[in-house]
Amino acid sequence: MKRFRVTQQEIVFVVFAVLFAAFSILLPGFLTADNMLTLLQNVAVLGILGLAMAIVVLGRGIDISLIAALAVPPGIVLQMVQNGHSLPASIVTALLFAVVFGLVNGWLIAVAEVPSLFATLATGIFVAGLGQAFLFQLDVVQWSPGMEGFQRLGQGAIFGVPTPIVMFAIACVAVAVFLRLTRWGAYTYAIGDNPNAARVTGLPVRPIIILQYVLATLIGSFAGFVMAASINSMPTRIFNSTLIYDVILVVVLGGIGLSGGRGGVLNVIIGTLLIGTMLNGMTILDIPYAGQNLIKGVVLLLAVITDSFLNPRNEETAQQGDI
Amino acid sequence: MKRMTTMALLALGMLSTAAPALAQQGLDEPFQKPFKEALAGKTVAYVPVAMNFDLTEGWYAGLKKELEPYGVKFELRDPNWNTNNGAQAVTSLISEKPAVIVVHNPDVQTYAKLLQRAENEGIYVIQINMGSAYRSSGFVGANWIEIGEKDAEAVVKACEGKSNKIAIVQGALSAAASAYTLKGVENVLAKHPEIKVVSSQAADWDAAKAKAITQTVLKQNPDLCGIIGFWDGMDIGTAAAVKEAGLTGKVFVATSGGGESKGACAQVKAGAFDLDMSYDVPTQAAQMGALIKYLISSGVKPGSVKGSSYTTLIPVTKDNAGSDTACWNLGDLKK
Repeated sequence: MKRFRVTQQEIVFVVFAVLFAAFSILLPGFLTADNMLTLLQNVAVLGILGLAMAIVVLGRGIDISLIAALAVPPGIVLQMVQNGHSLPASIVTALLFAVVFGLVNGWLIAVAEVPSLFATLATGIFVAGLGQAFLFQLDVVQWSPGMEGFQRLGQGAIFGVPTPIVMFAIACVAVAVFLRLTRWGAYTYAIGDNPNAARVTGLPVRPIIILQYVLATLIGSFAGFVMAASINSMPTRIFNSTLIYDVILVVVLGGIGLSGGRGGVLNVIIGTLLIGTMLNGMTILDIPYAGQNLIKGVVLLLAVITDSFLNPRNEETAQQGDI
Repeated sequence: MKRMTTMALLALGMLSTAAPALAQQGLDEPFQKPFKEALAGKTVAYVPVAMNFDLTEGWYAGLKKELEPYGVKFELRDPNWNTNNGAQAVTSLISEKPAVIVVHNPDVQTYAKLLQRAENEGIYVIQINMGSAYRSSGFVGANWIEIGEKDAEAVVKACEGKSNKIAIVQGALSAAASAYTLKGVENVLAKHPEIKVVSSQAADWDAAKAKAITQTVLKQNPDLCGIIGFWDGMDIGTAAAVKEAGLTGKVFVATSGGGESKGACAQVKAGAFDLDMSYDVPTQAAQMGALIKYLISSGVKPGSVKGSSYTTLIPVTKDNAGSDTACWNLGDLKK
């Protein structure tokens, strides 16, 4: 018997559409080209982080250390330039740092077989602590002369579109190409769906998992570069914030199951749009911070409840690791 | 105090009669020895909300400079933004009994009872910049209400003859510094009913959030004439949004901070901020140092005297941002 089923992705899309329509009708100044660009610009960094997280989650992992990857490599660039190094040398150092960070994460998870949650929790704290203790003079690493040109990653516009949106778009295309058009992308889905079957089939499971974490760390650092360029500084204290929950939220809300193997770039975009619309509308309405959190919570609860109402869990649909 | 003055007068009197006879010999100053003895070997503990940012690093470096030459042991407990860790640090300090605890409160309530207990146990408590509900022996810090008033006055003035629309970018809602500053802003706005606040939101001391909020507000109100921000470290983001909208110079940005050169003067020079009310961290550190020396050498019972030393603010604007004295440099202070 065929039953009509709505996926979480569609539910979130409907919530987004309803919210968007309501704001468009009720809020003068919401549905303007300018405001739409601002909306997207404000969530671009979150979206890029969502893409990084998506790659790992699709492979049935999770990367809690993503905010350290966001904060520390751009911090290294700013600090090195402040100390008198050249910009290209600083960027190369930061990228190398990110690659090593990703390799360590991947090795811990793929080879040492530490659960990804614990491995990345630990490495994230370690890297953030390393930055705070040895790398940076201050929590907020300030812009200094010698950084000229770098701000173009996050400020200004390309063909009238604010740069952070363009960066998000580039990241979306790159990740989509990786997931849909390359062999490693296909392997990622296979491993996420059933790691044991993938191994038995002869897929290079360990190298692929390591690749996922290196990519996630690099994309996370890229988000950090865009952020640092956009606000002319790197507040490395952001590691202590709740940003990582927002990233997981974007991914899960968009419909990428934490059990791996399901979803894609489109899901991240939808999740990002929903968060962006809520934030933008509430800022225009000048809703106080506490109220904003309340509303965010209610909308998310609604999405989750509707999902479990329409798609009840049972032994057949529930997967290991499902939350 | 009175006794000290009498003694000083007495000493002076002795000096004037004895001096001619002893003109060729040195004269012992009678108060420096007890002062040195009182300070030597004492412990001063410092509990900021976190290290690694200009304010707390500046206070640390300044206090160290003031105290260590006198043989005072200067200890640091860094709770790294964690209020629980901070409360634990204060609790364990109470049993370790240092002579003085210098504390930077995360909010008004958390440490209040603990600080009272510390003073009852014979430890002087000095609060820096963010006070608690308990008034201790000494408070050194910015008057947030005054900062809010000064910033608001500047913005109101800049708005004369313009749209009169302003935005406020607050810090974290739970922080007293943010709430007090807001009160100061309200005080001024109450006198200027023509000013319309189009947005008043908390950005959680976060530059990225401040930028996002400001961008949205500027798109809705491109004729905005001023923004009052609550911390220069966060308002880097506010200023970036103004700059991207091409409104630098048209939107007056007023903020406040510790006056570190990269965060304050350099930003004012670059046109990011039009006014940065600085509470000059090295001066605050020096005043704390003076208070600590005074309290320890006086020997008064902790908690029996209670006083404040509000910081005289330095308004950093285009006029003085280039001078050597308006701002300070953390690297130099640490040397």
